[in-house]
Amino acid sequence: MATTTPQHTVEGSGPGAPRPGGSGPARIARRLRIDRRYLPVVGTFVVLALILAIGGVRYDNFLSVGVLANLFINNSFLIVLAVGMTFVILTGGIDLSVGAVLALSAVSAAYLIDAGVPVAVVLPAVVLIGSIIGLLIGLMVHVFEVQPFIATLAGMFFARGLCFVIAPESIPITDETFVAIAGWDTWIAGQWRMTTSVIVALVVIGIAFYLLHFTQFGRTVYAIGGSEQSARLMGLPVARTKVLVYVISGTCAGLGGLLFAMYSRSGYSLTGVAMELDAIAAVVIGGTLLTGGTGFVLGSVLGVLVLGLIQTIITYEGTLSSWWTKIFIGVLLLVFVVLQRVLSLRKT
Amino acid sequence: MTSSPSADRPVVEMSGISIEFPGVKALDQVDFRLFPGEVHALMGENGAGKSTLIKALTGVYGIDAGRIVVDGAEHRFSGPGEAQDAGIATVYQEVNLCENLTVAENIMLGHEPRRLGAIDWRAARRAAAEHLATMGLDIDPASSLGSHSIAIQQLVAISRAMVVDAKVLILDEPTSSLDADEVAQLFAVVRRLRDQGVAVLFVSHFIEQVYEISDRMTVLRNGQRVGEYRTDELDRLELVSTMIGRSMDVLEDLQVSTEHTVDAEQGATPYLSAVGLGRKGDVRPFDLDVYAGEVVGLAGLLGSGRTEVARLLSGADRADSGTTRIKDVPTRLRNPRAAISQGIAFSSEDRKSEGVVGDLTVRENIVLGLQAGRGWMRRLPRRQVDEIVEKYMAALNVRPANPDALLRNLSGGNQQKVLLARWLATAPELLILDEPTRGIDVGAKAEIQKLVAELASQGMAVVFISAELEEVLRLSHRIGVMRDRRKVAEIVNSEDVGVDDVVELIASGGEH
Repeated sequence: MATTTPQHTVEGSGPGAPRPGGSGPARIARRLRIDRRYLPVVGTFVVLALILAIGGVRYDNFLSVGVLANLFINNSFLIVLAVGMTFVILTGGIDLSVGAVLALSAVSAAYLIDAGVPVAVVLPAVVLIGSIIGLLIGLMVHVFEVQPFIATLAGMFFARGLCFVIAPESIPITDETFVAIAGWDTWIAGQWRMTTSVIVALVVIGIAFYLLHFTQFGRTVYAIGGSEQSARLMGLPVARTKVLVYVISGTCAGLGGLLFAMYSRSGYSLTGVAMELDAIAAVVIGGTLLTGGTGFVLGSVLGVLVLGLIQTIITYEGTLSSWWTKIFIGVLLLVFVVLQRVLSLRKT
Repeated sequence: MTSSPSADRPVVEMSGISIEFPGVKALDQVDFRLFPGEVHALMGENGAGKSTLIKALTGVYGIDAGRIVVDGAEHRFSGPGEAQDAGIATVYQEVNLCENLTVAENIMLGHEPRRLGAIDWRAARRAAAEHLATMGLDIDPASSLGSHSIAIQQLVAISRAMVVDAKVLILDEPTSSLDADEVAQLFAVVRRLRDQGVAVLFVSHFIEQVYEISDRMTVLRNGQRVGEYRTDELDRLELVSTMIGRSMDVLEDLQVSTEHTVDAEQGATPYLSAVGLGRKGDVRPFDLDVYAGEVVGLAGLLGSGRTEVARLLSGADRADSGTTRIKDVPTRLRNPRAAISQGIAFSSEDRKSEGVVGDLTVRENIVLGLQAGRGWMRRLPRRQVDEIVEKYMAALNVRPANPDALLRNLSGGNQQKVLLARWLATAPELLILDEPTRGIDVGAKAEIQKLVAELASQGMAVVFISAELEEVLRLSHRIGVMRDRRKVAEIVNSEDVGVDDVVELIASGGEH
């Protein structure tokens, strides 16, 4: 039986016992706590600004609208991949298949167009290929309770193998409609160049943001990442959601393949090797916890931009080997993971 | 108290419910009914089937036989979502919410108001704030759930239950990690809901609380229903004997066994002696001696530093000041492994995440510690394993008495016994028990207390931590009193020391 102590208030007033209330310090602490959720993203933003500043100081013309516009153009497919990956990682999973699925989608697009299939059919078809592979992976993860790492690894080998079966050699895409779509662009305010793929990427970001923050599906994604057990006991549709995140990631990979085909005007079975790791890196640098439950899709976009900017700087530097990109990304990843760890430790 | 509920129609009527797990018959033809506007306590020992019955009602488990009628309609739940749709909301012992989300998000999760198909966050936050207000909870809906105490989280979980206009609210051990003040707050909310006509099903091991809050009770034993009683017609002794199905011998035995005293004061070397041991932010430097053959109790409120002391003594946390001497030899306990090799066993208060391995069998769990001590290359011979397992399962009365049952299929109290058996199997010289009896029933509690007393009389040194002062007083030879992460007093236990004395020490901080 519990002892009723009339003096139990001593505990409440002790250190480390947060009490709700309206006093000044409490309110500030509370405000800080809310901010903490956004801190990793703010951190990414600061890094982005820092890189921009460094580039601006070191090189002429670096801080131009053109460079920034090209950043989006050159990385649109990676943005789409990272957005899909964000869903999966938010649930606490991982998707290693996206690089290979991207290649499969690009190769399929090139092959089908080469075979004379109308572009209007090819575009949705190759995206669907991604969705189907995502669905299969999702079912493996959910129904057979295969670890996401293994299920998506299997998906990766499967998709990559299929690329070679379809076309071992690179297939150029010369179809007029396709080239027209890929080459279409518009100028915002006469300065900012937007291509089809940038617009697609922006639309994907918008849809993802809406899904994550304004639908029950999105809330369930976060809840599963917080605690799958709790989500289930709260009566949320855990099973459906877990399958769906892999479908979304697969769809994004399919779409990414299409964007990559537009970007390279070809389909080649060796594209996108290890690109899934770039996507994961972007998501992590963007402040999403690998354990799930915390993160934002806009953070992932910032993560991609950081990766892209590092690459741009290396290119501007000229004398550095492009492998330095990897080293910087590695260091940055480490810094961010440590930062997240510190933040989550301080929270508890 | 409410008007006699029998005039109404029950909101929940379960009849002939049976559920079987591999090797365990969890429920056997159980009938249960729940009326609107009552607080109904579900009583029984660990393993009696309380949790299973609740999980059947909430759709977590499917039933093998029987009928569940909710509000006049028969249901066959295939998931918690369906039970919720039928108006049954549950707040579990371990708060099942998402700490990564805000309070408002948790309350509204799955029921967010929409506008044009999208979640209307303003309306959602407003609704959450209203629900919090009706609970009498003054917290910021936009604060993250993880930043609040378990008590607040529990009330948030109830707020969440009320979002769906639940007709039935199930509270599964809601008070096991709350202090008295918080319990009062919870009960105020429960009474308000009851008066609004909600049927509340209350499960708790705190008999006083059950008598304080409940109108009626149903008692289960070994997966069967023993009976349904009005709370005011069944006194405490009758209730306990109904629950355990035998008289109170066990508890009375205990009184005798602690009478013997230790000659600790006679200049012997303590088994373990801590001088100025402390860790910044956890607990201020303290001195503590533990002699072989004595039980040293640690009393104090939740969060007073009891657990931190245990963790320092057992090497689970590393001290940053002071020294530990074991049998007069200065020893640094860098980690639990070092402590184990010194004969120190630490049974953590958080058995779920730091103790038992649910996917292993009872046998494997019991020998885990022993095997780890030997190293994995030197496997224990099967015959020896069986001997040890049989010995401790019998000594601790682990039920079901099936060493091949998976641990997660056992009730909380029996899991605790298995955990205890694991440590005992390593034959420790110092046993540190942090809340070994929390969340377990009277019978098992008495058995564990008895065992602790016996172990001490056989020469083992024991550090015993419990939130229940009666228990500490009953078992300990000496009691260290903790307050605000400081050891404020140490008293020698005797006939004259009562709960009030200890409470006063805690309250005054030992400053007289």
